[in-house]
Amino acid sequence: MSAISFPEPVLAAEAEEHAQPRGARRWYRQPALATGLILLGIIVIAAAAAPLLTPYDPIKQNLGASLLGPSAQHWLGTDQTGRDTFARLLYGLRTDLRIAFIAVLLPFCIGTVLGSIAGYFGGWVDSVLMRLVDIVVAFPFYVLIIALVFVLGPGQRSIYIAITLVGWVSYARIIRGEILVAKRQDYVLAARAGGLSAIRIIGRHLLPNVITQAIVYAMSDIVQDILAIVTLGYFGLGVPPPTPDLGSMINDGQNFLTTHWQLTTFPGLAVVVVGLSLSLIGDGFADLIRPGQL
Amino acid sequence: MSEMSFTKSSGAAQPAAGPVLEVSDLHVQIAARHGTVRAVDGVSLEVAGGEALGLVGESGSGKSMTLRAILGVLPPEARITSGQIVLDGVDLVPLSNSDLNRIRGPKMSMIFQEPMSALNPVMRVGHQIAEGPRVHLGYGRSKAAERALDLMRRVGIPDPERRFRAYPHEFSGGMRQRVMIAIALSCDPEIILCDEPTTALDVTIQDQILRLLARLCAESGVSLIFVTHDLPVVAQLCQRVAVMYGGQLVETGDVRAVLLDPRHPYTLGLVRSAPDVEYVRDSLVPIPGSPPSLVTPPSGCRFHPRCEFAEEDCKVLPTPLRVLPGGRSTACLHYERCQDAVAADRVGP
Repeated sequence: MSAISFPEPVLAAEAEEHAQPRGARRWYRQPALATGLILLGIIVIAAAAAPLLTPYDPIKQNLGASLLGPSAQHWLGTDQTGRDTFARLLYGLRTDLRIAFIAVLLPFCIGTVLGSIAGYFGGWVDSVLMRLVDIVVAFPFYVLIIALVFVLGPGQRSIYIAITLVGWVSYARIIRGEILVAKRQDYVLAARAGGLSAIRIIGRHLLPNVITQAIVYAMSDIVQDILAIVTLGYFGLGVPPPTPDLGSMINDGQNFLTTHWQLTTFPGLAVVVVGLSLSLIGDGFADLIRPGQL
Repeated sequence: MSEMSFTKSSGAAQPAAGPVLEVSDLHVQIAARHGTVRAVDGVSLEVAGGEALGLVGESGSGKSMTLRAILGVLPPEARITSGQIVLDGVDLVPLSNSDLNRIRGPKMSMIFQEPMSALNPVMRVGHQIAEGPRVHLGYGRSKAAERALDLMRRVGIPDPERRFRAYPHEFSGGMRQRVMIAIALSCDPEIILCDEPTTALDVTIQDQILRLLARLCAESGVSLIFVTHDLPVVAQLCQRVAVMYGGQLVETGDVRAVLLDPRHPYTLGLVRSAPDVEYVRDSLVPIPGSPPSLVTPPSGCRFHPRCEFAEEDCKVLPTPLRVLPGGRSTACLHYERCQDAVAADRVGP
């Protein structure tokens, strides 16, 4: 009897870790995520409520009041055709945010579908799809987008097509990698043993387990899309004038940079703040869900 | 053939005359870097309606591969090279995956060793149980949910209405295994393949799960193939047992006869190395040596390098199963020696 030894409770630390309440990881406890959400919230509300925040029409020209400095009437002054800069900023944010959020959805869906097919079935389907991905990845993002929009002609439709053609590869890669790992799990074997079809296994069992990674990526992808849209606008390939757009505002104001710096600086700042807030949200969201994955 | 009744009470009363599942001369090969592994090498099994067959053997003896071959869910590098798997008169080996999908679930299903990883972590357990009936029996959402609740009651999950919406991580190990059993039963299969379903559970829970399986077997007339390396578990649940070694069957027969009076030295070794509560041995006797390589298996009897009774002929002669009196069979050429050893064990200490 004396030979019986009592081992140390080595699992105590592990148990403690599990005992940590989930509440400790709530979003408002994450400074980065909270800051990002608040910033983006303000921007989105301001853009959505633009008609309430400014009495000016962003398109209507008033040549008698061109290139005014900041004043009580025109908070950020007016541009060379007398349009209120603050109004154009709000409406420009509206345009660019709307295009970016729509533009991120298509590559997300297409990339997810193609990535899960490649990852689950493997074999030649996987080889073909991944070589296609390699071809797209071989070109720099902005160069390819600008070239595609240039060929397709300026406008929203071209922006959507270009971003979709270039953007799906990242989602396909992420989802394929995740599915390659997840399909070796026992629950997939159990689903196959239950006579479920491949489509059902992918859609109902695998994707719910792996889609979060693609969502996290989508957050940072929106930033890239907004920058692409602004860049296209700057080159005159974006939304055609007179629709307000941050990129074309920066370009138009460039000629007056030494005398009327606010025409370029504030749209530029808006792009920076939108990009920053979305990045903070993406990172924070990633931190929030990663430790939760068992 | 088989109507999709809720309880299958008609099948329970009189066990089916012929075997539900008949595996004959099954060969499974795995293409590995160091050569072809003959994981299953000529296995033949029969399972009658309502019968529980134990399939025992050490790790790597081909038990799990046999199960996965029957179900048609072999890993991509493994394939069936020859043999027949006849379920209800239909050979499953030549069937396509989509044809098999109509059989997996309604006719046969599987219970896994590790109930945590075999349940989808992000899907409510009720929906996981209801999924089979929705897909295979064409049930609507509410009828499938009814069915799931009914199954949860049958496998002894308390408060099923509340547990229906829970996720697997909210369940204990034993409860998760009950969920797995409910999933396996959800489409009223004729046979359930169990891959060490109690190995990951502690002993008291293990006992509960075994009792549950035995009760379900008796109630619904479902057959079981129960893979394990735990002999007491086989003794508790199964009527017949088949012992596997090195990808081949070495002994089959009635569970009491085989475990109490082995006719193959490998079975004898397994029995001698298992602890026993009623009869405490001075020491457990391990089987010397290690399992054979299935890339280049030993000639003749695959057990001869580790066998205490091995003779010269064991190294050369093939050792198919030979039928003995009492509905049992052995692959041993010199099974009488086992008989003598068992007799000596009894008188001995």
